[in-house]
Amino acid sequence: MVRLVARTAAGGALPQTIGGLTLAEHLPEAITAVMPFDGQEGAVSDDMGMPFPAPGRTSEADGALAIWAGRHLALVLGAPPRSSHGAISDQSDAWAVFDLTGPGGAEALARLCPVDTRAAQFPPGHTARSLLGHVHASITRLKDDRLRIMVPRSMAHTAIHDLTRAMGHALRSQSAG
Amino acid sequence: MRLTCPLCGERDLREFSYTGDAVLCERPAPEAGPEAWDAYLHLRENPAGVARDLWHHGAGCSAWLVVTRDTVTHAVIAVALADAP
Repeated sequence: MVRLVARTAAGGALPQTIGGLTLAEHLPEAITAVMPFDGQEGAVSDDMGMPFPAPGRTSEADGALAIWAGRHLALVLGAPPRSSHGAISDQSDAWAVFDLTGPGGAEALARLCPVDTRAAQFPPGHTARSLLGHVHASITRLKDDRLRIMVPRSMAHTAIHDLTRAMGHALRSQSAG
Repeated sequence: MRLTCPLCGERDLREFSYTGDAVLCERPAPEAGPEAWDAYLHLRENPAGVARDLWHHGAGCSAWLVVTRDTVTHAVIAVALADAP
């Protein structure tokens, strides 16, 4: 019988540390898209055991993280929620998830993303759908020194290339300054 | 140019796509007749002044937006969700 080997989206290209910044792959238990039916956000929140996240925000419960990911859409990282009040789909293999950890992550991201992700504007619990280079991405601040970046899995290596280059550029301009 | 998405806040133009006059939101009834459908499909105003256009926030929250702007001054007057009442 053929034995298949599961490979992650980064496929061994991560972690990489450049200066004080580390880019690592994050592997949640599952990624589930939750899209409440019209007017059912309250009922979906009850089923999820946490509030359906407001635009640009996250919510958390029991180790699961719900990231707002667009109009009427949240992605739950962790145990898959169940609800009959919304459309729920498993997207675990559809996304590549990276954590950018260390001081100055926003300065590296500023080279790729048109949104200001510095902690003063974008504190922990804030999230944005925007661009990472030319790739559609979800960017979330988890902690003061940790940003979570999600891109479609097919774009994983493009995003790793762009992010590691931006980390290098941020390091060089830091040491030049 | 920057647009203030009602969900995402102020964002750069590169996140949006222009998709035509907001008259597309006012679809005639199926039996409205060929003249109404011809006007809906093909006839457009070309105002020097206030215009309402549809934009898609494709690289953001995927919402469809109605942007009211002034074609003379380029001022953006209002941005609303296309299905807002």
